[in-house]
Amino acid sequence: MRRKSLLALIVASLLLSLAAIGSATPPYEAIREGQRRTVKIYGAGGRRQLEAYQTGILISPEGHVLTALSYVLDADEVTVVLDDGRRLRGQWLGSDPVLELAVLKLPTEGETLPYFALEEAPTLEVGERVLALSNLYGIAVGAEPVSVLQGVVSAIVPLAARRGRFQANYRGPVYVVDAQANNPGAAGGALVNWQGQLAGILGKELRSDLTGAWLHYALPVDALYDSVQAMLEGETVDPSELDLPSPDTPLTARRLGVLLTPDLLPRTPPFIDAIVPGSAAAAAGLRPDDLIVFVGAEPTASCREVGKALGQFDESDQVQVSVLRDGQLMEFSLRGAN
Amino acid sequence: MSRSRQQKKHSWIAPSLAVVASLWLAALSNAAVSDVSAAVLAAQQARVEAIDQASQATVAVFDAEGGGGGSGVIISPDGFTLTNFHVVAPCGPAMKCGLPDGRLYDAVIVGVDPVGDLALIQLLGRDDFPVATLGDSDQVAVGDWVFAAGNPFLLADDFRPTISYGMVSGVHRYQFPAGTLLEYADCIQTDAAINPGNSGGPLFNAAGKLVGINGRGSFEKRGRVNVGVGYAISINQALRFLGHLKSGRIVDHASLGAIVSTVETGKVVVDDILETSDIYRRGVRYGDEIVRFAGRPTPSANALKNALGVYPSGWPAPLTYRRDGETYETAVRLPRLHDQAELTEMVQQEQAKPAERPDQNPGDPEEPQPGETPPKQGDKSPHARGEKGPMPEAVRQRYEPRRGYANYWYNQQAQERLIQEYEATAPPAPADYQWEIRGELPDGQEVVLRTGAEQSEMRMPWGKSAAQFDGDLTEQISPPRSGGLLVALHLWQRLLEKGPRQFGEVYYLGELPATVGGPPRDCLVGIYAGVEARFFFNQETGDLMKIEAYLADDRDPCELTFADYGMLDGRRRPVHWIVEEGDHLFADLHVQSWKQGDEESTEDPQTEAP
Repeated sequence: MRRKSLLALIVASLLLSLAAIGSATPPYEAIREGQRRTVKIYGAGGRRQLEAYQTGILISPEGHVLTALSYVLDADEVTVVLDDGRRLRGQWLGSDPVLELAVLKLPTEGETLPYFALEEAPTLEVGERVLALSNLYGIAVGAEPVSVLQGVVSAIVPLAARRGRFQANYRGPVYVVDAQANNPGAAGGALVNWQGQLAGILGKELRSDLTGAWLHYALPVDALYDSVQAMLEGETVDPSELDLPSPDTPLTARRLGVLLTPDLLPRTPPFIDAIVPGSAAAAAGLRPDDLIVFVGAEPTASCREVGKALGQFDESDQVQVSVLRDGQLMEFSLRGAN
Repeated sequence: MSRSRQQKKHSWIAPSLAVVASLWLAALSNAAVSDVSAAVLAAQQARVEAIDQASQATVAVFDAEGGGGGSGVIISPDGFTLTNFHVVAPCGPAMKCGLPDGRLYDAVIVGVDPVGDLALIQLLGRDDFPVATLGDSDQVAVGDWVFAAGNPFLLADDFRPTISYGMVSGVHRYQFPAGTLLEYADCIQTDAAINPGNSGGPLFNAAGKLVGINGRGSFEKRGRVNVGVGYAISINQALRFLGHLKSGRIVDHASLGAIVSTVETGKVVVDDILETSDIYRRGVRYGDEIVRFAGRPTPSANALKNALGVYPSGWPAPLTYRRDGETYETAVRLPRLHDQAELTEMVQQEQAKPAERPDQNPGDPEEPQPGETPPKQGDKSPHARGEKGPMPEAVRQRYEPRRGYANYWYNQQAQERLIQEYEATAPPAPADYQWEIRGELPDGQEVVLRTGAEQSEMRMPWGKSAAQFDGDLTEQISPPRSGGLLVALHLWQRLLEKGPRQFGEVYYLGELPATVGGPPRDCLVGIYAGVEARFFFNQETGDLMKIEAYLADDRDPCELTFADYGMLDGRRRPVHWIVEEGDHLFADLHVQSWKQGDEESTEDPQTEAP
């Protein structure tokens, strides 16, 4: 009996020392360092489902910011907020329409900012723990640190994804993660390992080609390093010069089972003329004489605009259609193909 | 897995070393099979135990018909359970609650905090409910491992909670209210999955200690399912409101009495200020910079909202402000955010909404979308509030409806308990209004106080004052600069003589600090002849510690603090009085003698010359 308790004592002390190794102590320092190197970016947008914010990362001590190339940057003034809350104006340096990345320069003369060294980027393996740092949903404001989500690398595979009916321009390998990393506002955020080293940049919101599910992924540093060097030199590639993937199967009103009034005028009001029985529109409850006022986030003043707005979606996408019926605004959610 | 669970159950009673040994043996035998290191298995075992222990106190909350619902967590053996206001609002006064033991218990609403989205309910039928171990949410840091327990999508038929593990993504987050309700200030953000049905359930740290109440997520365009962003009300905020929720009231949050804005990085400035507010009387003016509030720096309006949003109305909080380069420290009594009638109205509107149906398919077109008219709750629906069939007997015994209250029964219980405890510690003389109290100021000068049912008077070295008690008392602000000491004493006498039932309007406010930074005290409010008096009692001793008398909304109250008790005239009496009005110390009085009753006093207050 005595020997047994002695054994237990030894075992207990052994276990205590081992438990510290096995319990996956969170990398507090790596998180805090990563947050200091991540910035909040504010620009154009602000309408329904078009957030006027995204994330970026500092990639040089002189204030170079790598971020996603998006409509947010399409503003006269792009504001970059540092971790300490300082608001600075980001100046356009270069962009890459294939990777959909851009580099901004901050006016921080003679100052040394904390930054992610692209040269030191590790190559991740499937199963490795990662952290996603971003200002998803614009939760952090001013000097509040950006959000951190954790997960593992689920796969390293070529990106097969699209946004609406447009295929993603980049089709190379990405880190697919099981953290819900790519939410609104997260694009341009950092994917780091548990040592805090930058491994990739969080991409824009995309859905899988195959399933339509939202993807959580990051572009590996390897895939973007050369492009970033070019952008740092001020290279801006015009998308029209490139052979970008063409749209697949755009959504149409007919596909939904909606027949609009004949488009005779320059701006024919988009009233529904008829609904095809058994169609998605019929199932959703749309009716003849409904006036379509919104498709997704786009206001639609004419039949032509309805067609254009629907064409931004793939026929397999879920789309929100708002109509005016008897003076009341009603919203419907429907999809062309299943 | 089931084998190791068995083993663990037996080991509860064994000495702790044996527990470790048996775990190690289990780990060893597993290791032989799966070749996993003992340290990993030990960490897993620690996690399994934390989850198992934390699960015991996790509650599945349903409405009286067993539909709708959410989650909750038990915090005391007598069944007091925290959950979200938005979970219980559609349920009415009675709920059914499932525990992991598979049993269903009746539960009754106790109190609600609609602004902070908190509610307190009580599970009935046991006095040995398993309780969660409380953590300290101020210590929660970004990167901490946490887990949520609850009943997402109402998956569990046996009420064993679903566990989702994750990391703290952010702390001190601010999430805007809908209108003025359901504001998440200073909350914890996590990537542990928070789904419909998790609402009201606990967020535990890795050690299984309760650090938050889950209630909200960022969803937006992806439907009502988790997208890696959930929010929990910090447990420290919940505990600060707990003392209020136990009062059975509809509890309100605090406001500042001033409107502020962020003018440039790191500067919050007063844009507008109510001249009737406490903050104005403490000296804050238009254009002043608010530097710190309640111990926290306020570099932005958001930071101030974050610091303010965690306090119930009436709470006293320190404030630092700056004007012309000078910094001033003060303390403000925080006014309420809503008018009580307005808040009651809002709660009724929330209650009229249909219960959340987390079991429904997210994005189901049948599900009412925000902004859509809720289905009519008319005579056809058995779910209409107040028509939920017969209330269970256990609930009926503990429920009393009254306007402005979630459940008046709890308030009345608290009133009676307070008075009983007070009378037990300081048995009063046969209650009457005839007191003659003589005391001494720090400089040795004498003060004489004579009270009566119709009038009282006070003689001080610098003069004499009197107050009349027929009719409206709000004008009887005497002695000058005392805030109305004679009225404060009169209301105290009235409470002793009439008791809470005959005093006038009386209610138990909850637990509120009597001084800035002081511990929360039991606070009883009495309103009579236009004057509101707050009586603060020490929970440990039952002593009356302080009386605050508010003669008008836009005036500082008379604050009468009983700093010490002693024996006088054969009874235990407050012997050291501190009387203040705002920042002004009116008197620091050491009582020398105390005569009570009809004993003929040597001087007649009504005939004495001034």
